Amino acid sequence: MTGDSVFSFRLYVAGDGQNSARAIANLNALCQARLAGRHQIEIVDVFGHPDRALADRIVMTPTLIRLEPGPTLRVIGTLGASNDVAAALGLASADG
Amino acid sequence: MPSTNLKTGSITFEAMKPGGRLAPATPKSPTGITGFDAMTGGGVPRGRTTLVIGGPGSGKTIFGLQFLAEGVKSGEPGIFVAFEEAADRIIANAEGFGWDLDQIGPREVFFLDAQPTPDVVQFGDFDLGGMIATLDGKATAMGASRIVIDALDIVLALLPDAAAKRREVYRLHEWLLTRGLTAMITAKAGADDTATVTPGPFGFMQFMVDCAVTLNHTVVLGVSQRDLRILKFRGSSFDENESPFLIGSTGIEVAVARTPGREAAEVTNERVSSGVKRLDTMLGGGYYRGASVLITGFPGTAKTTLSGAFAEAACLRGEKTMFVSIDSDGPEVVRNLSSVGIRLDRFVENGLLQMVSARTITGSAETFLVRIKTMAQLHQARCLVIDPISTLSKPGNGQTAHNVAERLIDWSKAESITLLCTSMLDEMANQQEGGSPLQISTLADTWIHLNYLVQAGERNRGMSIIKSRGTAHSNQVRELILSDDGVNLADIYAAGGEVLMGTMRWEKESAERVAKEVDEVARKLKMVRLDAEEAELHVRVKSIQVELEAKQVERALLIRTTKTREAELSGGRSRLRELRGADATKRIPASR
Repeated sequence: MTGDSVFSFRLYVAGDGQNSARAIANLNALCQARLAGRHQIEIVDVFGHPDRALADRIVMTPTLIRLEPGPTLRVIGTLGASNDVAAALGLASADG
Repeated sequence: MPSTNLKTGSITFEAMKPGGRLAPATPKSPTGITGFDAMTGGGVPRGRTTLVIGGPGSGKTIFGLQFLAEGVKSGEPGIFVAFEEAADRIIANAEGFGWDLDQIGPREVFFLDAQPTPDVVQFGDFDLGGMIATLDGKATAMGASRIVIDALDIVLALLPDAAAKRREVYRLHEWLLTRGLTAMITAKAGADDTATVTPGPFGFMQFMVDCAVTLNHTVVLGVSQRDLRILKFRGSSFDENESPFLIGSTGIEVAVARTPGREAAEVTNERVSSGVKRLDTMLGGGYYRGASVLITGFPGTAKTTLSGAFAEAACLRGEKTMFVSIDSDGPEVVRNLSSVGIRLDRFVENGLLQMVSARTITGSAETFLVRIKTMAQLHQARCLVIDPISTLSKPGNGQTAHNVAERLIDWSKAESITLLCTSMLDEMANQQEGGSPLQISTLADTWIHLNYLVQAGERNRGMSIIKSRGTAHSNQVRELILSDDGVNLADIYAAGGEVLMGTMRWEKESAERVAKEVDEVARKLKMVRLDAEEAELHVRVKSIQVELEAKQVERALLIRTTKTREAELSGGRSRLRELRGADATKRIPASR
């Protein structure tokens, strides 16, 4: 895949519940393992910014949006199984 | 609360006042759905959640939209969360019902597009926090008091297990209650879920919410039937029956058997002509205005003709009339009726009479009723003919047809429209008077029955008034005669327990005429004879009188001559004695 492009993510979470914490931890772990600093993560709490959630049409949380590289991608959920998530987000696998 | 009156020391209970202990009725928000608000006594519970369950195409979205549109009318902004369809398509659909949600603007109704994008990828657990946060912000900003969450099942289907579904539904419900929003959640359900209250996929939702409504859409023998049932309504009584409903041009219309305005319906003593003079007489002046008239009979017993006569009479009075013909097209009916001197064409031309060919009205009995109502209202009809109403009970409508007929009569009464329905008796075998297929004969005010009388190789039409409420009416069967110059009723001959009609009646009539003539002649003859006898007697009386006079004269003469002679005789004797001088003249003669 694009070996040196910068990945930009926006993660919408709802408050500081279990789902939110899990999603944040999973995303961080994933980025650390596969992108090694070539990434930006913005975390938005929908309760703090309902207008932003509305603009991005966030219904389910957590929702991760891959802003860069285009096209934008959306992944919903706590991002559990790392290999599949990486594939869906277009991240190079840890081995390759 | 007991309050102590310090001066007298007595305790009064304020709550003892009449009605004081009654909990206030559950406040309700009107839905604007005709009939539904009547069934629930005002609408859905205010500030609570209502669940609308139904299969595909059962009208859930329209139900929700109508609820929002009504809110806008009374100044209550609303939010529509669209999980299934794109908001712009829903707005377009709403416009079809005359609810201009787009024009209303986002301040009054806000649409949230919440359809999961087809390419959405999901890993792990998620919740509806995003939606709730969005809605919370929006509801505060616009001061929304109504919310519709359409097709919640779509998003719930993405949740991994039943526990997660339940958790998210409770989360949403909790938020709705906290916000005090009058909410409506719609969810799809299979046929099994709607009918039973068993905890299916959305079973627990039915327990959670304050009001649950199921919408059913079934096809019975090819006819689409919709009905609605309220499963529960906390803190309020409600109409528990399945009520048929219809998605009409102005939204959902639920059929409620009794219109509240019924009691207020105007009752008049005014009579309207039936179009047949003798029938009017038999009915004591005609039908009552606003009455419902039922004409039953087998095919070809002149039901349509009687209806036509009624319509013509109404038009002649200048009243707007609508003639709904189900068996044949309007122009056909006009042509056919002109053959018996009922000329409707002129009234069709000047717009007084509207002919409706109801063959074009397809669908359920419910649809039929609504179309008829709408058309009659547009035409401002004062008289309405439906020929025949029995078509309503065709296969597939059996269950609702009676109800529809009942409501048709109710409605026409409330509108003070004189309604004339004909009803076909299907089977020739069913010759009994009395069985009208829709059992509306009990509801009708006047019931006229037409039948055939087969006699001496002829079929003749007989007409009788079986009932006519509030009217002294003739109990006699009459013969109905159709001729070039209209409809007439003839007396029938009842002789020796037999009813004669047609040519037999004619024969009987002519026989009677001949007998009458013979009688007449005989009478005259007798009169002449009597005259002659009288004259003869007069003559005889005269001659006897003359004879009598003659006898009297004779007798008088005889008396006179006798006296004279006696006088002569006695005079002669005394003279003789004097002459003899032998005896004293005073001496009485010894003998004659």
